[in-house]
Amino acid sequence: MNLENNLINAKTIIDHGISKSEYNRILKILKREPNLLELGIFSVMWSEHCSYKSTKKWLKTLPTNGEHVICGPGENAGIIDIGGNDAIVFKMESHNHPSFIEPYQGAATGVGGIMRDVFTMGARPIANLNSLRFGEPSNIKTKNLLQGVVKGIGDYGNCVGIPTVGGECSFHKSYNNNILVNAMCVGLVKKNKIFYSKAKGIGNPIIYVGSKTGRDGIHGATMASAEFDDTSIDQRPQVQVGDPFMEKLLLESCQELMKEDAIIAIQDMGAAGLTSSSFEMASKGNCGVKLFLNEVPCRESKMTPYEMMLSETQERMLMVIKPDKKKITFDIFKKWGLEAIEIGHLTDTGKMQMYFNNRLVGELPIKPLADSAPEYDRPRKKKAFKTIKVKKRNLQIENVFLEMISSPNHSSKEWLFRQYDNMVMCDTIFSSEESDAAIVRIHKTKKAVAITCDCNPIFCYTDPKLGAKLAVAESWRNLIASGAKPLAVTDNLNFGNPEKKDVMYQIKKAIEGIKVACTKLSFPVVSGNVSLYNETKGKSILPTPVIGGVGLIEDLKFVTGINMKMDDSIFIIGYTKGHLGLSVYNQICGYKYGKPPSIDFDNEIKNGNFVYNAIREVGISGCHDVSEGGIIMSLAELCIKNKLGIQISIPDEIKKENWLFGEDSSRYIIITNNEKKLLKYAKKMNVFVKNIGKVKGSSFKIINEFEISLKDLITYNKQWFKNYIDIEK
Amino acid sequence: MNKEVSIIHFPGSNCDRDLAVAIKYCLKLKPKFLWHNESHIKDPGIIFIPGGFSFGDYLRAGILATKSPAIKEVIRHAKKGVPIIGICNGFQILTECKLLEGALIKNSSQLFSCKKVFLRIENKKNYFTKNIKKGVVQYPIAHSQGKFYVDDYNLKKLQDNDQIMFKYSSKTGDISDKYNPNGSVQNIAGIVNKKKNVLGLMPHPERAIDSFSGRDGIVFFNGLNELI
Repeated sequence: MNLENNLINAKTIIDHGISKSEYNRILKILKREPNLLELGIFSVMWSEHCSYKSTKKWLKTLPTNGEHVICGPGENAGIIDIGGNDAIVFKMESHNHPSFIEPYQGAATGVGGIMRDVFTMGARPIANLNSLRFGEPSNIKTKNLLQGVVKGIGDYGNCVGIPTVGGECSFHKSYNNNILVNAMCVGLVKKNKIFYSKAKGIGNPIIYVGSKTGRDGIHGATMASAEFDDTSIDQRPQVQVGDPFMEKLLLESCQELMKEDAIIAIQDMGAAGLTSSSFEMASKGNCGVKLFLNEVPCRESKMTPYEMMLSETQERMLMVIKPDKKKITFDIFKKWGLEAIEIGHLTDTGKMQMYFNNRLVGELPIKPLADSAPEYDRPRKKKAFKTIKVKKRNLQIENVFLEMISSPNHSSKEWLFRQYDNMVMCDTIFSSEESDAAIVRIHKTKKAVAITCDCNPIFCYTDPKLGAKLAVAESWRNLIASGAKPLAVTDNLNFGNPEKKDVMYQIKKAIEGIKVACTKLSFPVVSGNVSLYNETKGKSILPTPVIGGVGLIEDLKFVTGINMKMDDSIFIIGYTKGHLGLSVYNQICGYKYGKPPSIDFDNEIKNGNFVYNAIREVGISGCHDVSEGGIIMSLAELCIKNKLGIQISIPDEIKKENWLFGEDSSRYIIITNNEKKLLKYAKKMNVFVKNIGKVKGSSFKIINEFEISLKDLITYNKQWFKNYIDIEK
Repeated sequence: MNKEVSIIHFPGSNCDRDLAVAIKYCLKLKPKFLWHNESHIKDPGIIFIPGGFSFGDYLRAGILATKSPAIKEVIRHAKKGVPIIGICNGFQILTECKLLEGALIKNSSQLFSCKKVFLRIENKKNYFTKNIKKGVVQYPIAHSQGKFYVDDYNLKKLQDNDQIMFKYSSKTGDISDKYNPNGSVQNIAGIVNKKKNVLGLMPHPERAIDSFSGRDGIVFFNGLNELI
């Protein structure tokens, strides 16, 4: 073989993030030195982002099967059965590093990437959600990042015409120099029209369609696999630029082509671009590939094979099609103003052979490269926590409450949500401000899916295993409260540098927690993403394993919102011990130590089943789970949403603060006027239920404590974002 | 007469399906989809131009769509008196191709805004609105370039000629800045041309046809029944 021999040296190897042992592995596979192009390909394929080398060992232990699972992890997205010929395709993915460097484009391309993962499988996206973490509001960068990210998410989803129906957004100083932008997309597909990425058929053409390849995003996957430092801002050219119009054209043209019997395999060019898409398709089908790189449409002149293979230009798809369907394929893309180009074909060599200017410029064995990607069992050690004796601030209940509802994390996120079109496609029943989970109707049916994403990083920091369990349970509970049967999850694991023992400990423990919770709740993990090296100058983010849950509501008459009606009774479901460790109450009082609340899955399931059945059999006005901020926060959210007053009595047997602000798991608030039926049913199911008050008047009243008018309550809740954004920089 | 409703869609349109669903549901007929490069449109019935981001809203919302062959046909039919309705991006296209007065510019907030708004119907003499019994309806808006602008001279012409159709208002029909979601001149949300056969509005009646999203859109579409 006469390969173009761009010389590589020790520095080149280090610059590509390849360790010494990894380089030796490359030599073993190739039985020779790689050239620069080949080294580049190894570096992206074996990057943390593409190979999951630090987490694979632990991810394998997650439960991925269940009666509803059609496709688990390993494909572009997970797929679950929702009855009839319908299936739901979904996944969550991070775009943390790019969003910190260039918030608008970073967030926009994150949304674009996850939508392509979903529609690549034949699905039409029906909902987008996102989970966002920013640094302290007082940090000089935070406001700009917040504005850029929200606009980026909105502009992209709005333009493509997929509703952004919900998500979460919070602030904590650990994200000051490393924000998190996790985007989730849910799509709908007919079960007999699912497309996979497994290539087959020697000689079949490989078609490239979409944006022209530019020099943007080269080494993006490698960037996502390294820590940040002061020079990170110089990586801005590595951030890709999004073109939502091109995405819309790709979506519509692919949907049209998918109706023809033309596509054998399809894959979007996401992280590591042409490299990972071609390798993954070929590797799954045990094929070889010949690529003619002169055919790759380029945006810039004089692009090298190295740049073409490693570019992460957005909005590009690669597909293997049936040779006799070339004409119809080209015609459909032409109708949408897109140029499809044959850039290569499948072979039986098992090798990736790349040609440029009629010369072989790189040749790599496909299977060994994919299969022998490194897998590490990195050392772990629990971080020792020092508990410093601090005195809790002694605050009035009313003052803590007002501080809470007007704090950045718990004030109304209306400013964000307004910027997202949450109604396009006309199947959004509730966005996530209106129900514990966003609810989207399955078009032309009476079925709906409920979708939520959750995580409490404060819990995860102190006890990653318990914290992860609580995140899964909260997702499950949110689905139940919206009237859904929880079906499956996607996870997005955001952590610091896995080469640090304490971070690796967090990762392993969090995965263990997800495993336990998902097993107990029969809530399999069908897709996911890992984002590591979320650190700047050695400081890691809080461990943030975000859980995206999906559930099914079999009939629209059971959809449940955070609703109430005048004169309804208010019930709390589940026993309140009053756990204040790591609660919002304690944080406000200046006490940041303690343990997260415990969770008993038998009790969780019992209470959950009760609520699920009460929605169907008792008849209720609304339901809301009890989580951050405790009962008082959930009640305030009910009042604000419905613009109705309530009167609440605190039970005698417990300390007021503990009852109002405690964050014990497995609890819900149910609003109903069928008191007797609910109590009778609770007795039968042996579930703890307590009537705590009534929907009444036009103020928020805790009897014998305080009263605040609805108008003031709403003002307190809405002012923070408005003030924060309006103040001149 | 042949019952006909046509939807012209462009690359980047994204409310075309929603509009078709609303038309099917309210008018009990299947709309005909016309691709933007259609250079001869025969017997279109009512023409709808849907919302979305035609050609990505690049350059300026609606402008690139005016270069499509189908728009020449829309202009030809408009002159003949064919009823034409542009919603959201459709309204932007109709102002860009000069079938309607004024321009739709960036919202005062500079941000995209998606929410339900109340609209007072200003003119019920027109065939687009005369069958709507309510004085105030509630439709969603979802746009970032929806601020209606027109100079004083042309505003007066719009007023004098009864061309203003919808204004952003309170639930009870009060008009003030408080109820103006985007900074539009005089809270204007929708207008017709001088001949009163071309209607443009920023809010989306097609998004208000079921019990979850509100049902005020139904009267809008039902009202068109006698035009087809």
